[in-house]
Amino acid sequence: MYAYDEIDRTLVNERVSEFRDQVKRRLSGELTEDEFKILRLQNGVYLQLHAYMFRVAIPYGTLATNQLRALAHVARKYDRGYGHFTTRQNIQFNWIKLAELPDALEDLAKVGIHAMQTSGNNMRNVTSDQWAGVAPGEIEDPRIWSELIRQHTTLHPEFSFLPRKFKIAITASDHDRAAIKIHDIGLKLIKNEKGETGFEVLVGGGLGRTPFIGKTIKHFVHGRDILSYIEAILRVYNQYGRRDNIYKARIKILVHELGIEKFSREVEEEWQHIRNSSLQIDDEVIEDIRSRFSYPNYEKLPHMPDELRQAAADADFEAWRKNSVAPHKVQGYSIVTISLKPIGKPPGDATAEQMEALADLADKYSFGEIRVGHEQNLALPHVAKRDLPALWKALDKLGLATPNVNLITDIIACPGLDYCSLANARSIPIAQELTRRFANHELANLIGRLHINISGCINACGHHHVGHIGILGVEKNGEEVYQITIGGRADENAALGTLIGPGVKFDEVADVIEDVVEAYLALRERPEELFMDTVKRLGVEPFKERVYATR
Amino acid sequence: MTSPLEQKKIKIAGPSVVTANRTWDGIVVYRTAAKSWSADLSEAAIVRNSDEAKTLLAESVADDVGAVGAYIAPVQVGADGKIEPGNLREQIRRTGVTIGQSAQA
Repeated sequence: MYAYDEIDRTLVNERVSEFRDQVKRRLSGELTEDEFKILRLQNGVYLQLHAYMFRVAIPYGTLATNQLRALAHVARKYDRGYGHFTTRQNIQFNWIKLAELPDALEDLAKVGIHAMQTSGNNMRNVTSDQWAGVAPGEIEDPRIWSELIRQHTTLHPEFSFLPRKFKIAITASDHDRAAIKIHDIGLKLIKNEKGETGFEVLVGGGLGRTPFIGKTIKHFVHGRDILSYIEAILRVYNQYGRRDNIYKARIKILVHELGIEKFSREVEEEWQHIRNSSLQIDDEVIEDIRSRFSYPNYEKLPHMPDELRQAAADADFEAWRKNSVAPHKVQGYSIVTISLKPIGKPPGDATAEQMEALADLADKYSFGEIRVGHEQNLALPHVAKRDLPALWKALDKLGLATPNVNLITDIIACPGLDYCSLANARSIPIAQELTRRFANHELANLIGRLHINISGCINACGHHHVGHIGILGVEKNGEEVYQITIGGRADENAALGTLIGPGVKFDEVADVIEDVVEAYLALRERPEELFMDTVKRLGVEPFKERVYATR
Repeated sequence: MTSPLEQKKIKIAGPSVVTANRTWDGIVVYRTAAKSWSADLSEAAIVRNSDEAKTLLAESVADDVGAVGAYIAPVQVGADGKIEPGNLREQIRRTGVTIGQSAQA
């Protein structure tokens, strides 16, 4: 966990007072909506279909238990008893009242949570691997660098009015759980031949109307230079990024239009002006940030405790363990993913009761720490293996032990037309129906790793472009129509999916996905060949034929 | 459903209302003939041509303290005068999300 210092606390508290005054002036009519809109957006407040939506940042996906309890409190006191975890390590409350928002912000500020820069054309929440600091083989904890960038970019005047929103993600593992290739800037922590810490820097990734996979702009930037290099990228973007057309304003368009070589030269030139400035980071700064992260005092524990050996006789426990429990860098410990994808329920939602109970479990079993992943699941990062059986029983009672992590029912979905004012079609009911169709755990296991991503409009908040199966809802002649893509992925081998054919109606989507899956099961060469491998080997044609032969 | 945020021109093909979200709490409201806002669609002022729609919308937008994000939305008016939303978006705004229990009040 990272402990805020006095500067952080003052900043957050002052922001609450400032926003309270802004809301007061808005409600009195002193501020018009046009004047107020940019202010509310800078505090994570959108206007959606039914109400205001309040988006709260969870920097690099790390939460303390008192923070999770505070989120539960906001859900219960100011909303309708639940929150929605997003694809960018935020939580959204869908029914918040503007008049009560300052109170909600104040309650969150008491535990160091805020909503700054969760919307608007600025630097958004810096995201990272939800297994940061505990994943085996990691270069080092990427959250230290995430925090450095968070501090530098929060309320930075040069980054507060960018051409468009700007997102950074950081990973330190070979397997990318932070989806860095679909971010404006993606950072991968690496070591050079001298053993020094630095970053491979990618730029220009993003989804939405015009999707691009990020390109490597520099193979190694030393850690001490990372702020100046990011700033150089942002200066080039700020100077040349389009402000005349919202659809062409993201950095991915600039990188595409200039070409990565020319863009890179521009950045290099800018960087040379500033790299030896005060932006160069002293080791002491990094060490100070590192010292503000607390790490558990792990016990020396056996690799295979008796409790785990005995529990292995329980088939349900074993199904969950094999699915949701991952290796930890410390012997005797595990990382536990908490699926927020129960069958038939909205992906990523958690009730206030679940959040509070999970906070209790994190105190008991995970050194008081919870993580939030971009897949809309949570994780307990430090669970002793001996505690896994007891934890599983407790999670099961809460409806939080669905053993479907990374399986076909672990669906990423945006809020869609049920909530979002930008959406053209519903996402969540599609996800719900699909989870019912594939509810059988043996079937889901037989299918193996398969990610379905659903977006209710071209803005792609459900990351449909990079779903193994992507579903995009559009509107045609007043009806919801869904386009299906296959072959996308969001990991270190990120790729955009390929459209398999004409769109299908709302009621047909689940049938089509069943056809795609049946085609895969018939086409794969062996059970170990994953869906993505079959698509890579055969292309989309066999799937297209299967889906459209009878339609 | 094409987002009303993307509507560029005011052109209506049938009976319509002006809808928005109430400023202080964000709930869905409709402009009434009495130049106020109501959460009840049956109290909405009905417009039937573009000129009427423009006038009602201009008056609604001017009431910036009462409600925000005003736009024109289609409705269906039954033979008995009952007003129903004219598309899925407006149906969802009127009756709530379609996704089951966790989203209920």
